[in-house]
Amino acid sequence: MKKLLGIFGLFVAVFTVTSLINPQFVSAYNLQNLIRWTSLFGIISLGAAFVIITGGIDLSIGSVIGLVGSMMAWLLTQKGWSVGATLAMVMAVSLGIGLAHGLLITKVRLQPFVVTLCGLLLYRGMARFITDDQSQGFGNTHEGLRQLAIGRVSLSSAFAIPVPLFILLGIAVLSAVFLNLTVAGRHLLALGRNETAARFSGIRTDALKITAYVLCSGLAGVGGILFSLDLNSIQPSGLGEFYELYAIAAAVLGGCSLRGGEGTITGVIIGTAVMRVLYNAINILGIPTHLEFAIIGAVILTGVVADEMVKRVAARRRAARDRADAG
Amino acid sequence: MNPPAPVAAASPLLEVRNVSKSFPGVRALRGVSLSLQAGEVLAVIGENGAGKSTLMKILAGVQSADSGEILVDGRTVTLDNVRAAQSLGIALIHQELCLADNLDVGSNLFLGREPHRGIFLNPARQRREATAALARVGLDCRPETPIASLSLGRQQLVEIARALSSGARVIIMDEPTSSLSQGETDRLYTVVRELKSRGVGIIYISHRLGEVTALADRVTVLRDGRNAGELQRHEINHEAMVRLMVGRDLVRHHRQASGHGEPVLQVRGLRTETHPTRQVDFEVLPGEIIGIAGLVGAGRTEVLRAIFGIDRPLAGDVRVGGVTVKPGSPTDAIACGLGLVPEDRKHQGVFLEMAVGANTTLASLGRRSRWGLIRRKTERALATELVRRLDVRPPALDQTAQFLSGGNQQKVVLAKWLALDPRVLLLDEPTRGVDVGAKQEIYRLMEDLAGRGVAILFVSSELEEVLRMSDRALVMHEGRIGGELAREALSEEAVMHLATGGS
Repeated sequence: MKKLLGIFGLFVAVFTVTSLINPQFVSAYNLQNLIRWTSLFGIISLGAAFVIITGGIDLSIGSVIGLVGSMMAWLLTQKGWSVGATLAMVMAVSLGIGLAHGLLITKVRLQPFVVTLCGLLLYRGMARFITDDQSQGFGNTHEGLRQLAIGRVSLSSAFAIPVPLFILLGIAVLSAVFLNLTVAGRHLLALGRNETAARFSGIRTDALKITAYVLCSGLAGVGGILFSLDLNSIQPSGLGEFYELYAIAAAVLGGCSLRGGEGTITGVIIGTAVMRVLYNAINILGIPTHLEFAIIGAVILTGVVADEMVKRVAARRRAARDRADAG
Repeated sequence: MNPPAPVAAASPLLEVRNVSKSFPGVRALRGVSLSLQAGEVLAVIGENGAGKSTLMKILAGVQSADSGEILVDGRTVTLDNVRAAQSLGIALIHQELCLADNLDVGSNLFLGREPHRGIFLNPARQRREATAALARVGLDCRPETPIASLSLGRQQLVEIARALSSGARVIIMDEPTSSLSQGETDRLYTVVRELKSRGVGIIYISHRLGEVTALADRVTVLRDGRNAGELQRHEINHEAMVRLMVGRDLVRHHRQASGHGEPVLQVRGLRTETHPTRQVDFEVLPGEIIGIAGLVGAGRTEVLRAIFGIDRPLAGDVRVGGVTVKPGSPTDAIACGLGLVPEDRKHQGVFLEMAVGANTTLASLGRRSRWGLIRRKTERALATELVRRLDVRPPALDQTAQFLSGGNQQKVVLAKWLALDPRVLLLDEPTRGVDVGAKQEIYRLMEDLAGRGVAILFVSSELEEVLRMSDRALVMHEGRIGGELAREALSEEAVMHLATGGS
């Protein structure tokens, strides 16, 4: 809870300062864009959070987005597949990728970092290969489908809510129910905290870990579909590049510990919002965009350092108490 | 360099006078003394926890004594780090070998004191000196051989060669044969006798009294951190050693033995990785409390782990109420009615950062859920009931388990299994690190469960506990059940006799 308050405070602070310096920031147009991008990134960050909660990591998210995005446009426009078949295909690919990651990590006992790092290279290469590294797009076709990403639901003449927000909220509610109200969700948290004890408690740790990787890649797939529908001009070599880092950063900012076992859905969404607001602020306040990576890097670092400090203080308190017990 | 001070011819090579050492909550050594002559093999024996390891760590400079004196060649020395001990010629051969298995034999021999010229290694000299050092222990391998390709026994000889080439005059061997084959053990004996004839003093720690009888010139027995007695060469025999190791009378607690009916747990032909050639067979009746005694490394924990499916056994089957449990699946073991309170509470038992309530209900959530959803009210009621029944203090369900004392954490682990109404409860060292009050409560709970027909199988290194709680005790020795003792036949002497390989 304290972590949530901290990140929410940061969000409010950046938001307020930016809007005071440049009122353009709170214009309907800018806010709608901000909400749309926060929603898209929120979806992939929730996926990353599931893996991080198990104590793992997924570095392949960006490449899965690139592969799914390019593949979808390529299948629809170059191969003439139907919308239904295309969506089924790209989702099958992303879920299959997650399953493969999970199996390699649990059954072959490879490290998550290594498996997903290889994935990062592999899927990017596949995206470029199948599209012949040519940029893909929908042109003026599939306008209906594109509404999933670019559509808006008007509230009043001045403001309309971007459709991706509804998709994010739907996924977030399901995720929150899964994590907080189901047996599997409780087991997932337990697994992240203490895998040995989880196994000794009869929890199917391997199955749960595989589920987490499948969810992560699956949500990256959903992200890939939406990002490509949103952009309409898809570079197989560039779509989604570094997005895994945004997703991991958002999850960590939102209270997920890279040690596993901790994280809330609300926290991850606020974490994503902070990242997007920061990025938007860089643009709107005229800070050179070349600083983007530097700022994001600094934010992740601060988050990780703070996490470490909190853990260390807790450990010191525990040690002091153990000594008192023994004496 | 100063000329050596004149010393009396009779002054022992190594002498320990009145050494004491305490750890938080434990007095490991209370005024222990011993002496070792050059060319002598001194065996140091005692039950688990008698203080042997602590004493050896002090001699090797790994830990320092709180009080007392250590003398080498009649002169008081300070052993506050490993280097100090090494420079005085004291070397410890650990129970688990300390070799870098990615390096070759020669590099291991000179690890930390590599022959060098300036900042560069001097491989030619290393090879020359390594060959000589290996010849001294009769090891016929080349210094370039990768250490990992040697058998454990030969690796042990490399450790001894390393100690000798560093100028060791006192070699401490901690359970040197625990992982050796018979042939390798014979080889080790030859080397020990050879070292002895060259005037090296050897402190030999072993649980295997047969070895002690064969090798030792003298035996020092430790019990509860004190000297329990000493045996000269002609006095050394199995009975005398056991008598000194046990040495105290115990008040026996009497409980009405309550096993009845058909066996609820049947273990047949169980073989585990650590003792692949030994098999374990036994049965437990409902309501029976069975203690598994034995020395550390006898394979007791491995048996519990295999029964519960943490490790997949090499062979054998486990049946609960006649139904075979799927090997290697704790989930299936639980479904069959098994529960395990593990040895290492903090890593295997309790989720320290999770709330007490969630800890108690974790294993039974699935059984009480509807469509995979946790029923909050049911969970809450169950946790409240369990915490009350086990008298977990403080009874705060939302506090994280890390803030509980060891005894209360153990109760939380027990609660997790009670929530499932197990038919067989396995407990590994159920009262380790638990205060006296909680210990009694755990005993009462075990008896209470047995009274309700739950079969209880517990492993304990505390003889008192085995004697007090068991309706029947299985004594393990080197991976097999060395013998079974009915309640009437249970005594410390009988257990120690079987645990040390007597028959």
